[in-house]
Amino acid sequence: MREEAIVNRDIDLMPRKHYLNNGSTVASWLLTKDHKRIAILYLISVSAFFLLGGIYASLIRLELLTPQSDLMEAHLYNRVFTHHGIIMVFFFLIPAIPAILGNFLIPIMIGAKDLAFPRINLLSWYIYIVGGAFTLYALLAGGVDTGWTFYTPYSTTFSNTYVMAAGIGIFINGFSSILTGLNFLVTVHTMRAPGMTWFRLPLFVWSHYATSLVMVLGTPVIAITILLLALERFGRVGIFDPALGGDPILFQHLFWFYSHPAVYIMILPGFGVISELIANFSRKKIFGYAFVAFSSIAIAVFGFLVWGHHMFASGQSIYAGLVFSFLTMVIAVPSAIKVFNWTATLYQGSISYDTPMLYALFFMGLFLIGGLTGLFLGAMGLDIHLTDTYFVVAHFHYVMVGGQVLAYLGGLHYWFPKMFGRMYSEFWSKISAMIVFIGFNLTFFPQFILGYLGMPRRYAAYPEEMQVLNIFSSAGASILAIGLVLPAIYLTYALFFGKIAGDNPWVLPGLEWRTSSPPPTENFVRTPIVTWEAYEFGEESGLYEEGERRRRLEAPERV
Amino acid sequence: MATRVEAIDTHQEHHHVPGLQHQFDDIEQQKEATTIGMWFFLVQEVMFFGGLFMAYLLYRYKYPMAFAAGSNHLDLWLGFANTLVLIASSLTMALAVWSAQTSKKPKVQAGWIVLTMIFGMVFLGVKAVEYNDKYQHHLIPFSRDFKWEPKGEELVAQQQMIERHASEAEKSLYGREQAFGDKVRMFFWIYFAMTGLHALHMVIGIGIMLWLLWTALKGRYSAEFYGPVEICGLYWHFVDIVWIFLFPLLYLLGRHFIAGGGGH
Amino acid sequence: MNSWIPFFPEQASTFAWQVDGLYFYLVAITVFFTVLVVGAIVWFFIRYREREKYIHPSEIEGSTVLEVTWSIIPFIIVMTIFVGGGVIYYNLYRMPSEAMEIYVVGKQWMWKFQHPTGQREINELHIPVGTKVKLTMTTEDVLHDLSFPAFRTKSDVVPGRYTALWFEATKPGKYRIYCAEYCGMNHSGMGGWVYVMEQRDFDNWLSGNVSGQTPAEAGKDLFENKLACASCHAADGSGGRGPALVGLFGKPVRLAGGQTVNADEAYIRESILNPQGQIVEGYQPIMPTFKGQVTEDQLVSLIAYIKSIAGQTGAPNKLNTTPATAPQPDASRNFDTDGKAVEPMGGRSNP
Repeated sequence: MREEAIVNRDIDLMPRKHYLNNGSTVASWLLTKDHKRIAILYLISVSAFFLLGGIYASLIRLELLTPQSDLMEAHLYNRVFTHHGIIMVFFFLIPAIPAILGNFLIPIMIGAKDLAFPRINLLSWYIYIVGGAFTLYALLAGGVDTGWTFYTPYSTTFSNTYVMAAGIGIFINGFSSILTGLNFLVTVHTMRAPGMTWFRLPLFVWSHYATSLVMVLGTPVIAITILLLALERFGRVGIFDPALGGDPILFQHLFWFYSHPAVYIMILPGFGVISELIANFSRKKIFGYAFVAFSSIAIAVFGFLVWGHHMFASGQSIYAGLVFSFLTMVIAVPSAIKVFNWTATLYQGSISYDTPMLYALFFMGLFLIGGLTGLFLGAMGLDIHLTDTYFVVAHFHYVMVGGQVLAYLGGLHYWFPKMFGRMYSEFWSKISAMIVFIGFNLTFFPQFILGYLGMPRRYAAYPEEMQVLNIFSSAGASILAIGLVLPAIYLTYALFFGKIAGDNPWVLPGLEWRTSSPPPTENFVRTPIVTWEAYEFGEESGLYEEGERRRRLEAPERV
Repeated sequence: MATRVEAIDTHQEHHHVPGLQHQFDDIEQQKEATTIGMWFFLVQEVMFFGGLFMAYLLYRYKYPMAFAAGSNHLDLWLGFANTLVLIASSLTMALAVWSAQTSKKPKVQAGWIVLTMIFGMVFLGVKAVEYNDKYQHHLIPFSRDFKWEPKGEELVAQQQMIERHASEAEKSLYGREQAFGDKVRMFFWIYFAMTGLHALHMVIGIGIMLWLLWTALKGRYSAEFYGPVEICGLYWHFVDIVWIFLFPLLYLLGRHFIAGGGGH
Repeated sequence: MNSWIPFFPEQASTFAWQVDGLYFYLVAITVFFTVLVVGAIVWFFIRYREREKYIHPSEIEGSTVLEVTWSIIPFIIVMTIFVGGGVIYYNLYRMPSEAMEIYVVGKQWMWKFQHPTGQREINELHIPVGTKVKLTMTTEDVLHDLSFPAFRTKSDVVPGRYTALWFEATKPGKYRIYCAEYCGMNHSGMGGWVYVMEQRDFDNWLSGNVSGQTPAEAGKDLFENKLACASCHAADGSGGRGPALVGLFGKPVRLAGGQTVNADEAYIRESILNPQGQIVEGYQPIMPTFKGQVTEDQLVSLIAYIKSIAGQTGAPNKLNTTPATAPQPDASRNFDTDGKAVEPMGGRSNP
């Protein structure tokens, strides 16, 4: 019946010229300097890595159906979970929201024609591809079995796998992250349209600013660490091997100095997306704009001071542990501020149940659990029991999948009509959001219990009394997989056959909704002058007429 | 459409300003963006070297004797000369920026750039001599024939002391310098990692200079547009500053250990 | 507990109630906030659902009072968690002064335990109930982590270092132990059982197992014969060309260069493997390295020996140690080796 309605609709049209049809040769894509096209390049490549990482995840859950290592030998299983981790962390979670949604939206949201350095932006993508190619080579040539954490001395001396190629891939890929962050920082600093003051920036931009700080300050440290590790393998001499007087704990310090902030690279952009969704789909200003904005910065800064909480059980001094534990507890506060502000924003709003908002709702529930279980692990005495068990696995999947992936999907559904000018099936998108939510909980909730029982991570075989919970988890994973494959299908379908979305399908005030869908190559015909605050739905926003127009358009459907 | 925004037309006269890229409204914005961009990049570089400095400090604290011994083997005078060369190159780089800012003739600008490059290459040449010296003395940490033999009369004295006290059997049995040599090897490992990374930055810098030279000769830089020269200058000064930190850490610190304390 | 789905691990040590108490406190906080926030969200979703499309509801932009409130309350709550976690951590890793000391060496992929009375076990550990047990651990190869879920404690085992953990079992039974730090191919196979026994049963078990040398005896043997440490440190460890080792363990040592370090396991290990690194003030750097000469097991034995003479008052040391005051628990043990040459402990005496 919806399809009939589309036939009658001749008012919303695709713009005649937009970034997608501005050149159709391969070169026009591969040599593009347009941030929107680069975002699409990222969308394709990141999705490919997500699919690959997902396949590895499925293999893990299949193997763990039974207590014995029967589907895979231990040495194969070790490679599978390592590959899953490396791909998901470095090639999906870190680039997903910034490189796709951030790349596409930040210039538009601040009223700029492009990022500050378009050529460097394209270079970032190529670096990502080259780094990915190295890593893929390592995985295909024989794999890596060190875990994504590459702990020494196993990774430097004992592992007989392709650690060096994977390490070099990650090293190269790091520069993609650095350059993207650099580009965002400079763009937000210098490219804002007239009237777009810092406190009129959408929170999506604030959170990306914080993310970029972490990328620029943190990524070089992991780059040098991984490089030293690769060289140590190559030269059989170095600073991490205890046999030579080196210190394997130094590696952990350097590794987590980046990799804990990297967790915030993964989740902060998600916070930005959720802030957008909550405010826009409640059709009112966000509650406590400044608090939400600065909590992102606070998280980015404090994120650099808590790495030692990964090492409570490594024999570090009690006092160092106390400091790290204290700071870890402190960092919970800005996260709590965000959740409370989001909740308060809903109060007295006009909440629509569109698919992106559904994702935001699920995000809040799952992130809440993910964040609160983080406190379990930050409490030192309890962490000793929980560290390196499935409790940790469940916790970070609640934050990474329940948080970041749901935010990414929510954002993708939210801006899809802007990116491609077409709308997806509302029915299927809602169904799949619910499948993801159910499948996710079924997969990861039992792992909290398994963790408290003491089941260690990275086990190819586990005690038989733990089988039932593992079966639940694996069953959930298959549901989750369906929920993640569905969007790939209906979004691809919508790309070609979806109904024309119109410039502002949700009738929202952000700058991105004030240009055509898809936007023209230069984003705006003329540089906009911003005279309104973020999430300004009042009369000065000019949304009233647009709302009336859309109401008229949608009227036949309502009968 | 209804919600499209008010806007100003900024498309006026863009294309007359030399070197202005399409995404920027005007040359000031472009200059600001590139400068801020370079500063953020340099902050990133600080973190990049920071990992190595961390490792250096940790192990220097842990094995001061071995690090002093390794440090003693570096050629203080070559390192000092190189420091002077780099400072001179910073000066010529600053002059290159100045000559672009004040719209000097392209040949003048190019002259300063060429001088900077020459100094840079002299630095690399001296570095190559030093590396070769380490190679001759079997001090390449990742080669199989790394061999630590103490040098200098202080160490010889220490050596004699050890020989006086340790029995022949012990000497033949345990290769007693091995463990100490491992730590010296670690010093050289860090030395090569740090100076190698620094030299790599120099090579990249010289590559950039080459491009700068070419564009300067084409007469692209003037008081109106000198951003790239300034940006390259920032990078070059940064690479110099890294050396200013490396030189005392690697060449100077710990020399007094050997010089003063014969009793170790 | 043989329920169909286990929900909760056995509580078998004095730590269990502490850790579980904090756990349930946190579970309560989690449930409370989840119900509170999710409840509010769901309520708002229903109550303030869109009545009409594209309208502009009333604006509430923020409230500093609320912001401060919901910053301070979580802060206070997390501080209680921090304190609770800190106290338990302190209890877990603060070693008791008197405990039955068991040496653990991890290697890919097995755990080797050695009792103070000399019995050796692999992947199985028998301990008496109600006795404080301290594990001193190291590894021959990569990182491992010895985990006792039923005791709610674990610790990483780090190559080149000694880490320690302790516990006091409260309930006889058989509990799982795991390696919790990824260590390569057969990581998931590197586990076993800890058997908590009544003291009487434990004594029976001990007497039923042939005990070789105790670690300290083996260390003494290495010291005097195999490695000839005695040629410089004197047969009774009273010192000579090398510093005295009697009464050394646990005391501060002044090094050449003015540093002072504590003579702990790591110091002794480092002094054996890398003698040139830490020269005791007033001595010459004449000691050869024993790197490659001693195995991890032998190092553990040497340390046990040096610990065992920590409480004796030997020849006065020159400058380096403060006089030994109270005898250490280890000192009460008796070592008469009868001078018999026994095969020193080492890797090859193990399967």
